[in-house]
Amino acid sequence: MKQTPQPLWLKTFTRQIQHGDVIFRALTILASLIILATFVAIGFELWQNTTLAREKFGLSFLTSDEWDPVQQQFGALPTIYGTLQTSLFALLLALPLGLGIAIFLAELAPTWLRAPLGYVVELLAAVPSVVYGLWGLYVYLPNFVKPTAQFLNGTFGFLPLFEGPVYGPSRFAASLILTIMILPTISALCRDVLLAIPNTQREAALALGATKWEMISQVLIPYGLSGILGTAILGLGRALGETIAVTMVIGNNRDLSPSILHPGYTMASIIANEFAEATEEIYLQALIEVGLVLFFITLALNVLARLLVWSVARRTPSELRA
Amino acid sequence: MMTPSLEKNRVPKIKSFQRALGDNAHVNETPMATIKMQIKRLNFYYGAHRALEAINLDVYANCITALIGPSGCGKSTLLRALNRMNDLVPQSRAEGEILLDGENTLAPNVDVVEIRRRVGMVFQRPNPFPKSIYDNVAYGPRLLGVNKRSDLDAIVEKSLRASALWDEVKGKLHESGLALSGGQQQRLCIARTIAVEPEVILMDEPASALDPISTYKIEELMQQLREQFTIVIVTHNMQQAARASDYTAFMSWQMSGALLDATRAHAGRIIEFGATKNIFTNPQEKETEDYITGRFG
Repeated sequence: MKQTPQPLWLKTFTRQIQHGDVIFRALTILASLIILATFVAIGFELWQNTTLAREKFGLSFLTSDEWDPVQQQFGALPTIYGTLQTSLFALLLALPLGLGIAIFLAELAPTWLRAPLGYVVELLAAVPSVVYGLWGLYVYLPNFVKPTAQFLNGTFGFLPLFEGPVYGPSRFAASLILTIMILPTISALCRDVLLAIPNTQREAALALGATKWEMISQVLIPYGLSGILGTAILGLGRALGETIAVTMVIGNNRDLSPSILHPGYTMASIIANEFAEATEEIYLQALIEVGLVLFFITLALNVLARLLVWSVARRTPSELRA
Repeated sequence: MMTPSLEKNRVPKIKSFQRALGDNAHVNETPMATIKMQIKRLNFYYGAHRALEAINLDVYANCITALIGPSGCGKSTLLRALNRMNDLVPQSRAEGEILLDGENTLAPNVDVVEIRRRVGMVFQRPNPFPKSIYDNVAYGPRLLGVNKRSDLDAIVEKSLRASALWDEVKGKLHESGLALSGGQQQRLCIARTIAVEPEVILMDEPASALDPISTYKIEELMQQLREQFTIVIVTHNMQQAARASDYTAFMSWQMSGALLDATRAHAGRIIEFGATKNIFTNPQEKETEDYITGRFG
């Protein structure tokens, strides 16, 4: 009795089933769909629960600086400004600092020091933010932030950004605490970016008579630029959403003033701070709408930053072709 | 054009072919060609492991010296000791002397950056920077402070011509060096190396990742380069060593009996050194003969 040979596609399919290929792929697709579904659900819920507020305030919600629960007038501009100002300022400080730490950890530190120091940096990222907030409020703020703010005000007080008067709690304080909080993330990831650069690049530069500094600044950093920008995005993402530590040091003030030395609010901190008092529907919806705006701003900034990384990555391929 | 000087170079070398150098006793002889680099009693360690033992070797100016031997015998370590590239390896340590024009490059107060500028290196895999062809070649000269556009243009053209790449890339100097083929990338790396006008060029299996035609081009290029530079090359390719080099050092582990014994420490040493012709036609050591004739491994 002669057996009819199985068609090839059936053989392939049977093997895929037997070896778990199909099941494995289905599971991973499912897992990634959950991410997408969560994302859509959050956006949808935020949108659904702000109907009343959106109808009442319209676009003026984004441009108005009035936040008056008694008169039931709500505008989110001061908090939007506060979030952007504190996050960007924190990133501005943390990126060069973090890159410096990363360079030290990856390239310059003696070998025996690299691992322990690396652990400490990663450990800092794991400290709960309420601890940062407490430390910031009682130690960092009076001893470092306030004197620095006074110095900035005294020296650059003519700029609107550094106008007085100087209190303690301020958007500046929030920026500085955010700087410390995103620093471990940025340094640890930048270090990984540097370590991922093939040694052949280092050798190529050194063999031409480059000093260590020339090798790092002219070869390693350009090579890893897209990765470094990527870590900046992650840092920015953390800064935008950070809530409790910021709430503790920012001063919770609804005024719109350009100066970073003034007390302010961020979108996240106004939600955390006023959620419990929001007993009326419109007040609650206004707070949720702040959340919606934060959601979209985070999204937009991430997309923008991703585009930036792509454009850089296209100029400098991260893989060497052999 | 280059044949006469090539012949002239070879004459004194042939005179010094006759040395049997299994015990590295050749240091007492007066060499006919100028010694560019001289390795004296070099021991090299990775941590506790001794990778090289009692290496004595003369590198003659404007000659090509090939280092051959089985994998793991320390050829690359020796090569990379010559421009102190091994400094990058944590806990590596060198004893002895490596003289460059009589100056000890292993001395503590030596400027490593300066040594690496004088002793350039081409690596096993082409490693151009992710920059344009022009910027790859101009990188070294810029480090040395050459910033004038016309000067850089001249250096780039000269180096690319010298590495036989100019005709292929002159129309696309500002395209990425990574867009070139593997063989072209390697010649770009050679151009980048000679742009800083080193005195010695070290090549670590420069053609092992390339196809035969690219390999041939690199070998041909080496013959031209040795007019101006001293070349030391590590190669696994016996034919390449025989074809392209003037001198050959055969390296192996310390004891031939221990070759297959993984439990013994393998410190690489030079078994035989001499004119390439002699090493390949009339080796003095049995181990060399076994290796060259393929009886080994």
